[in-house]
Amino acid sequence: MVKDQEFLEKKASYCLGLAKKLGATESSVIVNNSVSETVNFRNKKLDESNRSDDLGIRITTYIGKKKSSISSSNLLDDNLNILIEKCVEATKNTPEDEFNSLPDKDLLAKEVKDLSLYDDTHIENDQKIDYLKKLELAASNDKKIVNTESSFTQNKSNFILANTEGFCAGYKTSSFTASSVIVAKDEKSMERDYEYSSKCFFKDLDDAGELGKQAADQTIRKLSPQKIGSEKIAIIFDKRIAKGILSTFASAISSSAISRGTSFLKDKVNQKIFSDSINVLDKPDIIKGLGSRNFDKEGVKTDTLKLVEQGVLKHYLIDTYNGKKLNLKSNGRFGGTSNLYFENGNISFKDLLNSKSKSLYITETIGHGSNIVTGDYSVGATGFLVENGEFKYPINEITIAGNFKDMFQHITLANDLEFKYATNSPTMMIEGMVVAGK
Amino acid sequence: MLSMNNFFEKSDISRSEAENIVSDTLSKCDDGELYLENTKSETLLLDDNKIKNSSYNSDLGFGFRAISDEIVAYSHSNEISKNSLRQSSENLKSTLKSVKGTYNHEIPKSNKKYYDNINPIEQKSLNEKIKILNEVNNYLRSKDNNIKQVTANFLGEQKSVEIIRSGGESLTDVRPLIRFNVSVMLEKNGRKESGVYGVGGRQSYDFYLKDENWKSVCDEALRIASVNLESKPAPAGEMKVVLGPGWPAILIHEAVGHGLEGDFNRKKTSAFHNLMGQKVASEGVTIVDDGTIDNRRGSLTIDDEGTPTEKTVLIENGILKNFMQDRLNARLMKTRSTGSGRRENYRHIVLPRMRNTMMLSGNQTQDEMIKAVDKGIFAVSFGGGQVDITSGKFVFNCTEAYEIVNGKIGSPIKGATLIGDGPSSLKEVSMVGNDMMMDPGIGTCGKAGQGVPVGVAQPSILINKMTVGGTKL
Repeated sequence: MVKDQEFLEKKASYCLGLAKKLGATESSVIVNNSVSETVNFRNKKLDESNRSDDLGIRITTYIGKKKSSISSSNLLDDNLNILIEKCVEATKNTPEDEFNSLPDKDLLAKEVKDLSLYDDTHIENDQKIDYLKKLELAASNDKKIVNTESSFTQNKSNFILANTEGFCAGYKTSSFTASSVIVAKDEKSMERDYEYSSKCFFKDLDDAGELGKQAADQTIRKLSPQKIGSEKIAIIFDKRIAKGILSTFASAISSSAISRGTSFLKDKVNQKIFSDSINVLDKPDIIKGLGSRNFDKEGVKTDTLKLVEQGVLKHYLIDTYNGKKLNLKSNGRFGGTSNLYFENGNISFKDLLNSKSKSLYITETIGHGSNIVTGDYSVGATGFLVENGEFKYPINEITIAGNFKDMFQHITLANDLEFKYATNSPTMMIEGMVVAGK
Repeated sequence: MLSMNNFFEKSDISRSEAENIVSDTLSKCDDGELYLENTKSETLLLDDNKIKNSSYNSDLGFGFRAISDEIVAYSHSNEISKNSLRQSSENLKSTLKSVKGTYNHEIPKSNKKYYDNINPIEQKSLNEKIKILNEVNNYLRSKDNNIKQVTANFLGEQKSVEIIRSGGESLTDVRPLIRFNVSVMLEKNGRKESGVYGVGGRQSYDFYLKDENWKSVCDEALRIASVNLESKPAPAGEMKVVLGPGWPAILIHEAVGHGLEGDFNRKKTSAFHNLMGQKVASEGVTIVDDGTIDNRRGSLTIDDEGTPTEKTVLIENGILKNFMQDRLNARLMKTRSTGSGRRENYRHIVLPRMRNTMMLSGNQTQDEMIKAVDKGIFAVSFGGGQVDITSGKFVFNCTEAYEIVNGKIGSPIKGATLIGDGPSSLKEVSMVGNDMMMDPGIGTCGKAGQGVPVGVAQPSILINKMTVGGTKL
């Protein structure tokens, strides 16, 4: 069982009290507990069970404008005493920074709305096994499938965030996640692909059979890939890859990258950085949303932000420290975005595929090829050649490259947005990128 | 030597009671252990002219594992207590309720140690460390007016582990680890570029920083950033590639390293699974994975199952010789563990992983390689890589590279991703240099969500054909 609010609150207030006694002028503490249970299957048989019970505490102490922090997984008072003393001592020895402070009191969340983020249902291991049996049966239909590995995880978490300004709040969250990784083989090649479903509530999880079939189909269609020549070609990003481009955008508008000057989007507020019709939202109050929250990791309330309107950048993602440095108020984005998404475009998936006589549909990228200082982008890719709206054949061992500054100006979005992850995008086409192949 | 860490000192359970629970739980299993870990770590970060982060972490916990045939049951917790250990035991038993095996006790013994029992964090005071970071900042900013940002950090860690096996056998290790990193950003005529460099390993901070050694780390980061400021768009397409010695051995790690890990080969999901004894690289290419080099970042006295590490020959003169094994995969493949069983920490199960993966020296010089290329690139520094072990396709991202035109090094080119095919790319190696070099000691390898410190090494090499992911057609 995940620890209750009362236990976490007691630990939090103990720490705040002790820090004060030892000389901290202000402090904040976050205590969390997460219990998760996983069952893995491989080739229709039980392969692994894994239970984890994680406790964690992080304390930040201030003495005026000096700051230091400690974290630990050992919540025994004996250990906390030693660590808090160490923390206050380190704070004294750390140089002042004029921007160090707790959040402004009037920005702290006043209420905790029930966003339906916790499902009390407990899925016993036998039920997880039933789900995985059904999943793997559906995934193993084709004789080209040579290996299946599937997993079911139930996670229950609870936390308390408290500070010396009187803030003290937290709540339970849950997630149920199923995934399947498939390997298929033919005479010429061996390929791997996957499918995944994660929800706050068990009853919303994808059907096991459908998930397994989807994973298998996606793998088989990758067999016998070809390599194509180097050329400039329109790229269509599958939703699961398109969301990564949105995540890169989010890191480039984080107030830390902006205040340090290490982002290609510095000084771009109120400028047009995307093509005309693009809107980007960060909406923290979606019921059962995978990224939903009432406040950020500093306790600052989070409202919906329309980050990009008709292609124009409207906001950075601001935390307290970097906000003060930039002379801007925190908008509750310490730790990043909540439910971040591109609004739907006005063209169907099918029409998007049909819009060019020849394009490349990308289902996977590998490598860490996004540079937010320069905006340069270059990654390895796997996908399909599309001609006149039809998937012709699978492609691999190519790279795709461009610069986000240009790429953002040439985005067309389909109207097939769904909320599968915390960050989501409809299918996305970008024109003008370079493919390197043969 | 004093016992390093008494995990039962402040607990309501005695060592002998814990040993009994371990023996009882594992009695019908093929393998398993109780793994206890206590890690103390610190981070000190200077950024934007200020000390941005000074933090200390103390992490304590256990992971209890039971294995029967192919099935692994695992349970971990932060609380080393009677209650918590019993609950974990029940968890393991319930997963393995209908199976039975024969416990395999044998763990080879060795007295060798590859690093000292020290706590690097305590060897230097906070004030001394802050002073060096400020000196780094001042030194760099006074060196070049185009410097717009300097980030420097210290990461120090001491990890104590104990492995208790059925019957009460206990194996222990204390592992120091440090890292010192510098990154700079330059801005000139509206263009920004960055450069990153770092050093580290399993010894004290002083070893890396004595005689103002930190200056050479700063100089290198600044040099890379300056080169990139002059870089032009990278070419796109297949061409010859010369790799410099040292860090570019990320190629070896991605192209063949992951594909030779035991788990993927037991499951036959690696592109290498049916190539044992066959030619997978050019003649003259020998690759080893070595956990026994003193004080290296990827070295380990014992792995996380208690097996002493070793130097494992993976590829000898082009022929595939061995996979890297932990105990589970070794038993199922009827071979022995190579001391490659590793985990990020007690929260994770053991997987076969790399340690220091190295291509050994050949006879040629870098000069000969450059002269042999009409059109291609010379890649010196890399940011990281990734591999799809099933298709065998791998990438790595260069952060410092030059074009080669008619046997001469030309202008620097922008960072680009290089992509190749693991089982075939090492057959395209046509020259192996005589200049093998270790990396600077900052690598972390990710697999199944677990990061572990690793090293790489190689001499300069010439690859006949690789796809360079630039933008210039």
